[in-house]
Amino acid sequence: VQTAAGRSALAVLALTLACAGLRGVTTAAVDGQNVTSDHPGSFSQTDIDAGTRIYNGQCAQCHGVNGDQVSGIDLRRGQFRRVTTADDLARIITTGVPGAGMPPFALTPPELTGILAFIRSNFDNMGAAVALGDASRGKAIYDGKAACAGCHRVHGAGSRVAPDLSDIGLSRTAAALRQAVLDPTSVMLPINRPVKVAMKDGRTFAGRRLNEDTFTVQIVDDQERLRSLAKSDIKSLVVEQTSTMPAYAGRLDESEMADLVAYLVSLRGAR
Amino acid sequence: MRRVVIAAVVVFGWLAAVGAQVTPDRLLGAAGEPHNWLTYSGSYDGQRHSRLRQITRANVASLELKWILPNQVFGAWQSTPLVVDGVMYLTQRPNDVMAVDAKTGRMFWQYRHAVSAEARVCCGANNRGVAILGSRVFTGTLDAHLIALDAISGRPLWDVAVADPKLGYSITMAPLVVKDMVLIGLGGGEYGIRGFIAAYDAATGKERWRFHTIPGPGEPGHETWKNDAWKTGGGSIWVTPSYDPALNLTYWGVGNPGPDWNPAQRPGDNLYTDAVVALDADTGALKWHFQFTPNDPYDYDSVQIAVLTDITWRGTPTKAMMWANRNGFFYVLDRVTGRFLSGTPFVKVNWASGLDANGRPNQTPQPDGQPTWPGNQGGTNWYSPSFSPRTGLFYLSAWEDYASIYRKEEVEYVPGRNFTGGGHRVLTPVPNAPGVRIGRASPINTWTDAVGHGSVIAIDPQTGARRWTFDQFDVTDSGILTTATDLLFTGGREGYFYALDATSGAVLWKASLGGQIVNGPITYAIDGQQYVAVISGNSLVTFGLRR
Repeated sequence: VQTAAGRSALAVLALTLACAGLRGVTTAAVDGQNVTSDHPGSFSQTDIDAGTRIYNGQCAQCHGVNGDQVSGIDLRRGQFRRVTTADDLARIITTGVPGAGMPPFALTPPELTGILAFIRSNFDNMGAAVALGDASRGKAIYDGKAACAGCHRVHGAGSRVAPDLSDIGLSRTAAALRQAVLDPTSVMLPINRPVKVAMKDGRTFAGRRLNEDTFTVQIVDDQERLRSLAKSDIKSLVVEQTSTMPAYAGRLDESEMADLVAYLVSLRGAR
Repeated sequence: MRRVVIAAVVVFGWLAAVGAQVTPDRLLGAAGEPHNWLTYSGSYDGQRHSRLRQITRANVASLELKWILPNQVFGAWQSTPLVVDGVMYLTQRPNDVMAVDAKTGRMFWQYRHAVSAEARVCCGANNRGVAILGSRVFTGTLDAHLIALDAISGRPLWDVAVADPKLGYSITMAPLVVKDMVLIGLGGGEYGIRGFIAAYDAATGKERWRFHTIPGPGEPGHETWKNDAWKTGGGSIWVTPSYDPALNLTYWGVGNPGPDWNPAQRPGDNLYTDAVVALDADTGALKWHFQFTPNDPYDYDSVQIAVLTDITWRGTPTKAMMWANRNGFFYVLDRVTGRFLSGTPFVKVNWASGLDANGRPNQTPQPDGQPTWPGNQGGTNWYSPSFSPRTGLFYLSAWEDYASIYRKEEVEYVPGRNFTGGGHRVLTPVPNAPGVRIGRASPINTWTDAVGHGSVIAIDPQTGARRWTFDQFDVTDSGILTTATDLLFTGGREGYFYALDATSGAVLWKASLGGQIVNGPITYAIDGQQYVAVISGNSLVTFGLRR
């Protein structure tokens, strides 16, 4: 496979950027989220399964198994540059983007239906496996018994110490969300690992990383401050392997868990 | 007096114009005119080593920005520029060619090729550069054309269709000029192509010879294929070859077999995929081959640059070839015969337990669902390495602590469709965590070094052992340049551009350019000023000493 940075650049988007300017692209991206605003269960499992096969064979090569490998596009989260409707999506798949690296795909109608179902169901081909309760009851648990807002933030309310969950329903399946509540450490992303920093000048910081490179690290600390630190000023940078979030296994019953997961699944970004 | 000066200018100008004619002899002696960068790798031996000495370890910290050329398109910019007597020739995606004043960055001309809507490429609208001969510039296109342009005007002189883009053929590599021919290879290893290499008459565009990387019935090597698998066997070519004029051999790295990840559909060794082939420059006849990864299920294209050097090997003067392969082994071969001399892992490897006396791997496939090291992008990839005759060290960009979990599946060949037979997933600490990606899809590194990181490593070819390592947090796709002042220039995805001490790996200077660096830096000189040029993100950036 030819590789390298190339793939990121499948400028499916490049021309849009160049022509429309950033403002237009932003608009397109926001509109694009409408494409995937369907509820889980809107598509037949048969279509999704067929789409999964097509996706893995024809699309994952460039777009990646998580659909986010091409710069500026996140298929699973419904972030596009050229697409605002399902028809747009079908058209781009069928015609490609000449000169930008996205080839045209001659799919049969059932294949096209399948791939649209797979993308618009947020790649969730096992969505039925997790019990979903009532989202409004789940919000009450989130705000009350589970006290999630003490660390997390949703739509501008809550703490920024832990990751913002405003669109967590787009980036995680119900099963993954349930697991994260039951046993956070088991599914904690590397970037969210707690870090403890001791500076050469004696200051110490605790928080989580937002970004890191060879010479610097960017964190949000436990006072919700953004800090960009030069590694040359750091005495020690410890990345913990255990999440600071409590495990909710045993703290919530199955019904409460189903409600909470339903609420999390319903969090799909700005409204 | 004034008249004398004018006359001198006229004469000098005339000489410069004559100098713009790049003769085959100049290409042969490219290393001897280090103020120019005349071929993709700087010289036919693939060393990417410059004899320029103005920038040194002592003064490199005072490099300053000279000029920037922003491009007009987005996406990874993999082009390696050529510099000929003050004029820089480079490509930008999809298939633009530009001639630029290498002293100021001001453009002379730009040629735009309208890519056919039929073009299909696995990995983006990439192009890695041009070749030059006489006053002609040669470029390959995504829709598999080879085009000759006038170096002064940018006007097309001839345009040949090398292969059918509807079948997935494309050209992304920089061509190589040898004698009076333009040599080119075809990409498309994910589309079930039958790869080939072709030579064209530089003057007319007439085909001189063709070599199929997948041998047909009756040809040697065909017995390494069963049934009709050879017809869709892959064997793409997407990186520029090296050339030994004394042996008159061109050395080509051949890409993966098709389908990529399902070897059950193509039993046998699948020659000449994942191999180096030594072809007679005049006829394309195969002199020898060496296969790195027989019956490859990991997509370990052997598309690295063959680095040629004459060394003393175990006491015997040897015309050697050094090769850091995507499969994680560093090889030394005899480039006269293809004989295996040594092979040593340079990163963690578990797909093979080692190499036998002939260099053939003892393959140790991992159970389903288990990780394979190195991962799909390899221990290294197409990123140009460098060899310094001064230090005797081989330098490359490597991916470390990086593994993939592969999945095989039966795939039916449909012309023009992906023909990959499975897939792969980067090994991550938890399921569905961001994996290191092919290309930098975001300026924010959320995958972290928990799923792999890059490094620049210096290997002693005599032992295969590392002499030093420079670790980066993110992975790197940057090529490498070394100079006669023991400087090593390279970059990475984080957008830092580095000058390292080639003897120790110490960072002597760095600049944060912001955009990912996915080409190889070059160096050249004009009017007594040495320049170093690199592409970061959407900008070509050029440095020189303050004066």
